[in-house]
Amino acid sequence: MNRHVLSMHDLTADDVIRVLDTAESFREVGTRVIKKVPALRGRTVVNFFLENSTRTRISFELAAKRLSADVINFAAGGSSVAKGESLKDTALTLQAMGADAIVIRHSSSGSPLQLTKWVEGHVINAGDGTHEHPTQALLDLYTMRERLGRLEGLRVAIVGDVLHSRVARSLCIGLVTMGAEVTLIGPPTLIPPDAPTWGVQVSYDLDAVIPKLDVCYMLRVQRERQRLEYFPSVREYNRLFGLTGARAGVLPEGSLIMHPGPMNRGVEIDSDVADLPQAVIEEQVTNGIAVRMSLLYLLLGGAADRVDDADV
Amino acid sequence: MSERVLFRGARIVDPVAGRDEVADVSVVDGRIDQVGPGIEAAEAEVLDCAGLVLTPGLVDLHTHLREPGFEYKETIASGTRAAAAGGFTAVSSMANTDPVTDHAGIVAEIRDKAAEAGAADVFPVGAITKGLAGESMAELGEMVEAGVRVFSDDGNCVPTARMLRNALVYAKAFPAEVVIADHCEDASLVEGGHMHEGVQSSSMGLAGRPAEAEEIVVARDLAIARATGGRIHICHVSSARSVELLRRAKRDGVRVTAEVTPHHLVFTDDDLVGYDTNFKVHPPLRTAEDREALRGAVADGTIDVIATDHAPHAVEEKESEFDLSPPGTIGLETALAAVLTHLVAPGIVELPRAIEAMSAMPARILGATGHGGSIDAGAPANLTAFDPSETWVVQAPFVSKARNSAFLGRELTGRVRHTMLRGALTVADGKVRG
Repeated sequence: MNRHVLSMHDLTADDVIRVLDTAESFREVGTRVIKKVPALRGRTVVNFFLENSTRTRISFELAAKRLSADVINFAAGGSSVAKGESLKDTALTLQAMGADAIVIRHSSSGSPLQLTKWVEGHVINAGDGTHEHPTQALLDLYTMRERLGRLEGLRVAIVGDVLHSRVARSLCIGLVTMGAEVTLIGPPTLIPPDAPTWGVQVSYDLDAVIPKLDVCYMLRVQRERQRLEYFPSVREYNRLFGLTGARAGVLPEGSLIMHPGPMNRGVEIDSDVADLPQAVIEEQVTNGIAVRMSLLYLLLGGAADRVDDADV
Repeated sequence: MSERVLFRGARIVDPVAGRDEVADVSVVDGRIDQVGPGIEAAEAEVLDCAGLVLTPGLVDLHTHLREPGFEYKETIASGTRAAAAGGFTAVSSMANTDPVTDHAGIVAEIRDKAAEAGAADVFPVGAITKGLAGESMAELGEMVEAGVRVFSDDGNCVPTARMLRNALVYAKAFPAEVVIADHCEDASLVEGGHMHEGVQSSSMGLAGRPAEAEEIVVARDLAIARATGGRIHICHVSSARSVELLRRAKRDGVRVTAEVTPHHLVFTDDDLVGYDTNFKVHPPLRTAEDREALRGAVADGTIDVIATDHAPHAVEEKESEFDLSPPGTIGLETALAAVLTHLVAPGIVELPRAIEAMSAMPARILGATGHGGSIDAGAPANLTAFDPSETWVVQAPFVSKARNSAFLGRELTGRVRHTMLRGALTVADGKVRG
């Protein structure tokens, strides 16, 4: 596997399968009374979060702690530059702390890659700007595979603000790598013009696509985008691209409704729909811990091809 | 006692006189004395120029010297020394200083400091609008009297058609040819953008600055210049369609000149994949197709000038996140070598045309009297001698205070050996003097 996980492009199909298989072993750890294994005892994981994110940071923190790693949370409200320190200086500080792995969340696209130039530890991208969010993609793939038994050939729609979504970018790459059939749906202003070159379909008609889906993946839509004239109103957005109760009723039996959170109930997803049994949104969160344990373990745990029984 | 210098046996490339031959050039008291074979060396400092090319001193139409106001990035002294190192005898200084170069006092201050530093002549560019705010016209007349010939709000696009129209028309009041130069990017389309909008920006997750943001402003400016008969200059052209617009406007007799930077002639948006902030420039590096069009436009004269857009920044500013880093690359010390390596050596542009684009043409636009002229007896001795075959790797530190060069680590062929400003060597044997 690659030394760093910055993009879903860094993972081959075999890598993805390995991460998901390993996550399955760790999933069980989370159901125990004592949710902890000694796999990464003595290793240091730094959560370097320069953008507010409670859920992803807690997920990584729990993952590292359940592997017995020492965890440092290095958070700041703004960017390093806002504090008068360059990204490089901040990186060198983390390096001096002896971080074995740095989990970085940053509002600037590309900052995880920049970080790799200045630190020796493994770098994991926990979301960078509008670029990528590979661990979210991995936990989504895990959830789909667990619920539907496969990834190849799955018909997945990713609906909403694809243009500004790091989740959509990473998930697209991951799904295409695993042989799924992806359709991007949203207002044309929020679909990247080069999307057809990603190996996916593009549609502006949610109603036409929805009866054939295995997974309907809804993206968060920021109200800010309306101000910038990407769409005329939240009302019209919901009418054309929201997952309403009526649309959810057309989804095939056994299909999944997913969302990376946090949800805008009433905008991209109606409140009742978010609480339907096929909406696996909380399950995605739970699986996130196991997937992040798996990734940390595979990156830091050495060359072992399988999780040792002793570790689990 | 008179100062004599003899350039011995150089290949003289003089695009103005159409000369390309091996000869000697002697300089006495700051002026060219003789040009020809076998000039007597009596009491002269002799520079052996066998294998070197001797040209008129280079002139940069687009330089950010950062002083006053941003001396931590560059100063007039360090910037003009960098210019000399790159073979330039004259540079402009863009108006986005602090205070803004929008009145004669700042113009005089910059000139005085440049004269004191003595490494290159500086021709300040004045702001079109007060404070570069785009709202009210600066007092162009006062600056014209102070010697300014080019006005630009560079860094910002002239925001409204009306402002540009009024500036172009108002500039006709002056007997000297006054040029209104525009940084062409429509603000509403580039807001929040950091690189060329295309496949690369999409996969890198960076908001784009689309090519049409430049093209619509170029089209606007050309339409206004055509209608008013005003004299417009298009800064750092970056898109193939802008080149087409220029070609047509020139054919129709619009009074327009244009420039392109070495970095737009060499790099594309593919070079940004590593999020190296030294490739973050405005307008952005575009596609290979755009680059080919720009190269062709230099060759056929559609683009008149190669100008550096030398934009120094402090190390810590550039070692930041890509979206937070200020745009710009330095260019004075690499411009000639980049052009020789990527345009002249592959046969895209003839050497005399390249030299013309870096000396005679910019000197004419800038009103840099005494620069970029023919290498003839009696002319001021502003000269550059370079070794066309020396290969080197671009590395920090630079003579410039800054090190934000897009060319860092690149191998280039062609290196400046001597630069002479009015008879005094500012660079001798590759070393900057003083």
